[in-house]
Amino acid sequence: MERTALRRRLTWQVGTVTEIRQETATARTLVVDVPDWPGHLAGQHLDVRLTAPDGYRASRSYSLASAWTGETIELTVEEVPDGEVSPYLVEVLKVGDPLEVRGPVGGWFVWRPEQAGPIQLIAGGSGVVPLMAILRAHAAAGGTPPAKLLYSVRRPTSVIYLSDLKEIAASDDVEVTFAYTREAPPGEPRVGRVDADLLDAITFTPKDEPTTYVCGPTPFVEAVADLLVAAGHDPARVKTERFGPTGGPR
Amino acid sequence: MDIVSPGFTGRRRSGTELPPGQYLTHEFPVLSAGPTPHILPEHWEFTVTTETGEVHRWDWATFTSLPAEEITRDLHCVTRWSKLGTDWKGVSLDTLLADVETGADFAMAHSYGGYTTNLPLEDLLDGQAWIAYEYDGEPLNPEHGGPARLLVPHLYLWKSAKWVRGLVLSDTDDLGFWESVGYHEYGDPWKEQRYAGD
Repeated sequence: MERTALRRRLTWQVGTVTEIRQETATARTLVVDVPDWPGHLAGQHLDVRLTAPDGYRASRSYSLASAWTGETIELTVEEVPDGEVSPYLVEVLKVGDPLEVRGPVGGWFVWRPEQAGPIQLIAGGSGVVPLMAILRAHAAAGGTPPAKLLYSVRRPTSVIYLSDLKEIAASDDVEVTFAYTREAPPGEPRVGRVDADLLDAITFTPKDEPTTYVCGPTPFVEAVADLLVAAGHDPARVKTERFGPTGGPR
Repeated sequence: MDIVSPGFTGRRRSGTELPPGQYLTHEFPVLSAGPTPHILPEHWEFTVTTETGEVHRWDWATFTSLPAEEITRDLHCVTRWSKLGTDWKGVSLDTLLADVETGADFAMAHSYGGYTTNLPLEDLLDGQAWIAYEYDGEPLNPEHGGPARLLVPHLYLWKSAKWVRGLVLSDTDDLGFWESVGYHEYGDPWKEQRYAGD
């Protein structure tokens, strides 16, 4: 049954941009109304296709930032210097413009409300996007099971979803920790990469049997996933999504 | 043409023809679903299991003593990057399957770490597929699938299973890891077979 459901054909659909939110100097969230969107799981991505007047096309994949509520979808795009699609999405696209999308795609890096065990989310940079979708789905599911987010960013101004994350952290359902790699806000003594001590101090232990979602640039994901396995986490419960300027789904 | 994206002109990169929807990179991005397994060559083995259950086995020493080939091929990843003219060294599946008696039509590649991907057996034969253990003149590093990975460059790169440890031959076309979560069962980049039904 599941095979049939998952193997339906994905077709391109024309959505309309209904709202744009600037998240940081280089990232913004696009809210898109896609009339026939079939819904999605938190953590899935979609393809975006741009068409020039002469018919030239370029496509890329982006993570969905929103949990499905039956209305619009949201994607957050970080501008890749020298990129082809992301500069258009971050600088040119306007509210009211059409946007062609296809999805949802990917059934591995996802969280399902019926899934057992705590949720450990570990983000590097704009790798927070699919993890935000998971946090939103988690909130919609009533804030259970226990969940934690560790979010590694260069500096306070690099934080995407700052106000949403403050709200989530205040709700007591989710523990949110920032790790600043270049510059920390006043009163935050630690500046540095995620390491074994930090993971040990603030993440769920292997005994808690969390499902861990790690998303970020390849070197970040490699390092964190290796540390988790070394700390005794079952590799089968560590789900990763890697991306770089030319790499994965972003 | 359905729609035009207002204000989009694109940045056409001239020269080489790529499969539809792909763009050129000179880097070598990494994409995997979980932590990178670190397998020492002395603990590595490769098996071929036929549809009757017969098992053929190679350890690192016997595998690397087989005749190897230098391979230069273009790579196409379903996440849309293509990398041209990559250099590999590996053992042809024709060599590994030469003494394997089988009437099977399909193969499931299995990897350390649990990854699987399905392929028609004929796509692994006739100089189309290798178990590669060197990249660019160096031993293959774990991030890119070392100590050895399947290399099937005429299909999207997810078919070229990293950390490969065996093939299971079968009469039925079962779905592998990505194929069972919505990716295409075959994955021809020139036909842009990215997702199920493409």
